[in-house]
Amino acid sequence: MNAAQAHVPAPDGGPVLRAERLGKAFGGVTVLSEVTLDIRPGEIHAIIGENGAGKSTLMRLLSGYLQPSDGELLMDGAPIRFHTPSHAQSVGIALVHQEILLAEALTVAENIFIGREIARFGRLDERAMREAAAAQLAAIGCSVSPRARVGDLSIANRQLVQIAKALLGTHRVVIFDEPTAVLTHEEVDPLLDIIRALKQRGVAILYISHRLDEVERLADRVTVLRDGRMVGTYEAEGLTPQRMASLMVGREFASLYPPKLEPELGEPALEIAHAHVPGFVNDVSLTLRKGEILGLAGMIGAGRTELFEGLLGLRPASFGEVRLHGRPVHFRSPAEAARAGLGYLTEDRKGKGLLLGERLAPNLTLAALDRVHPFARLDLAGEAQQLDRAVRSYDIRLRSRDARAGQLSGGNQQKLLLAKVMLNDPTVLVIDEPTRGIDIANKSQIYAFIQSLVREGRSCIVISSEMQELIGLCDRILVMRSGRINGELSGDAMSESNVALYATSSVARERALEENAHG
Amino acid sequence: MADVAAAPPRAQHNWSIGWGDAGPFLALAALVAIGYLINPDFLSANNIANVVTRSAFIAIIAIGATFVISSGGLDLSVGSMAAFITGVMILFMNTVAPSVGTAAIPLGMAVALVTGIACGLLNGTIVTVGRIEPFIATLGTMGIFRALITYMTDGGTVAIDRSLRDAYRPVYFGDVLGVPIPILVSLAVALVAAYVLYRTRYGRRCVAVGANEDVARYSGISVTRIRITAYVIQGACVAIAAICYVPRLGAATPTTGLLWELQVITAVVIGGTALRGGRGRVWGTVAGAVILEFIANLMVLSDFVSEYLVAAVQGVIIIIAMLIQRMSKR
Repeated sequence: MNAAQAHVPAPDGGPVLRAERLGKAFGGVTVLSEVTLDIRPGEIHAIIGENGAGKSTLMRLLSGYLQPSDGELLMDGAPIRFHTPSHAQSVGIALVHQEILLAEALTVAENIFIGREIARFGRLDERAMREAAAAQLAAIGCSVSPRARVGDLSIANRQLVQIAKALLGTHRVVIFDEPTAVLTHEEVDPLLDIIRALKQRGVAILYISHRLDEVERLADRVTVLRDGRMVGTYEAEGLTPQRMASLMVGREFASLYPPKLEPELGEPALEIAHAHVPGFVNDVSLTLRKGEILGLAGMIGAGRTELFEGLLGLRPASFGEVRLHGRPVHFRSPAEAARAGLGYLTEDRKGKGLLLGERLAPNLTLAALDRVHPFARLDLAGEAQQLDRAVRSYDIRLRSRDARAGQLSGGNQQKLLLAKVMLNDPTVLVIDEPTRGIDIANKSQIYAFIQSLVREGRSCIVISSEMQELIGLCDRILVMRSGRINGELSGDAMSESNVALYATSSVARERALEENAHG
Repeated sequence: MADVAAAPPRAQHNWSIGWGDAGPFLALAALVAIGYLINPDFLSANNIANVVTRSAFIAIIAIGATFVISSGGLDLSVGSMAAFITGVMILFMNTVAPSVGTAAIPLGMAVALVTGIACGLLNGTIVTVGRIEPFIATLGTMGIFRALITYMTDGGTVAIDRSLRDAYRPVYFGDVLGVPIPILVSLAVALVAAYVLYRTRYGRRCVAVGANEDVARYSGISVTRIRITAYVIQGACVAIAAICYVPRLGAATPTTGLLWELQVITAVVIGGTALRGGRGRVWGTVAGAVILEFIANLMVLSDFVSEYLVAAVQGVIIIIAMLIQRMSKR
């Protein structure tokens, strides 16, 4: 059996899989609606969109991980419902996950056949599995031994093993969910070749990616999603990354943001020179001036969060020099940074920001216990006053004083987290994803808070994956890509298409340098 | 039903929290009532004093364990550690007794305390600096302490010197205004512990580390220091328990404190402390230790179940307590 053999495409040349007005709602919240697209044999169909546009929901609907709440799926023109992922798999829909989901302690062959082991009379047929695995790997040009332990492989090779695993058995549609997200630049090209080879064999490919330059090189057609809706499907011929980016983001600005102040830029508040965070950040330097809101844009994984985790001593990092208000500093822990006047608001409010099962007052004062409680004994009355003050200043809405942090809405949790960090009275505040997963009203309040902090003479760095947020709020935007600063934007140049371009395309850097040289 | 729904959320909330925290005390009350029905002697002042005195060691050690467990750790070495500390203390007192007389006792107590703190420091350092799972780390030191006491006693017994025995006796058998000294000691330890856990910055940080290490670290808390301190508190508590225990036993043997870790963890969990950390209940732990001893006592006083099954009943109780914790979380 040649396990890597693809099925013959539908004889009439029509789409293998078609989504008809597909929609998905979770408990009344619609995350995807009215998506109609088809995937043809021998075609690479790319899906692009911002974070939260609905790409992964669509992919999960197509591969049986979710059931649609609206619309239907058609396979070879006939309606079909995937009850489970393995059902979708059995009719030929293979999904290559974004994360590498392999058991590191097992061998390559064991991983490829996990759950689908070949056995004879109940006894595992190791030899047959090894041979089939080797054929499977050879078919995608991967030279890894089936006996190798997955834990010993490079990330790129693990990715290939994962692809070989997905292609085991019938596969008429292969869905790649950001397959290059975990790869370095040099590892991308071989993978794209594998995908093209699959296409040559008549397999229909759905390719989801953030990286627009890859999409430009690879795709035949491109479907753009925005806010859970379809913008449209376009022929890739002649579709530039710039055009893709503006299709992804093209919407009007609401008055969500406070009017921009003309910043009276003072002395440098925070200067970082030559920051290295192994595996994440490569030689980043930046300067934040007093009274400035500096945006840090980039895709997830660009190294923005890791830069500041490194700065706070939360992960190994090295710096050429760091100065806070002109004084050289080196922080070994967030406590040291807080004492020096640098506050960091984590992007992971539930995992790293708040104790969800704890009451509000202990959450509020956790990072400032020494400040709120000058003696070892807790000053509970003082703490209650602090909570009152925070509730008033940050408009935290709560049903009861005894509520647990986990019972607050996302927006109120975020305000509580902001109040918590502000208790240490930082002069420089780094806010990582200030409005992730919170509603519009709270968003706009948080923007107003950030601006009022700056008006008080503090300085602020806002890390965000939402481009509009940065454009609406910041005085200047640095765009990071793959651990480096790929571009700097200010004034009218702060457009979504520019941010998207710098965040996704490596050519942008050179192009910008050229322009600078000429201008 | 409609009335309940109409009640202000705040009142409802308080009520449900009170119920959860009162659990161990209600269980204790129920147990006392059952005990009285089975055998009225159960409620005699004498019997109660006896049982509570016997529960004092487990209670004191379990109070220390409340810190370790609520900070997200675990200490399996407490039983062996108790035996080891007892051995070190007795050997030390016997050595110095000929020259300093009964002054050997307070000196021995100090040595016990220092030994306990050192043992806790060792456990805490292995767990935090060595980054080894508390289960494995303290399983290792459990073996080490047990082997050391066996080695020190040469596999036999090290008895306290005759010259000290009478002078030391009141620490276990004495009383103040009719209250046995071990009960007073465990009350004092519980009072201090409850203050530290509920009313100091350390206690707040300890529980925060157990609830979510990442949140604690990002909030600028030194997780390592908090964890080590919890193990040191545990070591000190084991030492205090050992100090009280010496007169009752009169000797250290390789089987001293065997399986105490099981009783200690059971007492902590019955008391409402979350085994995965983030919630500590000092008085609940004390109630848990008393419950365990009451059950053993009831089984002796009644003829329903063989007293050889005491450990089995205690095992069943820890499982039930965990199930209740699981269900009340939903």
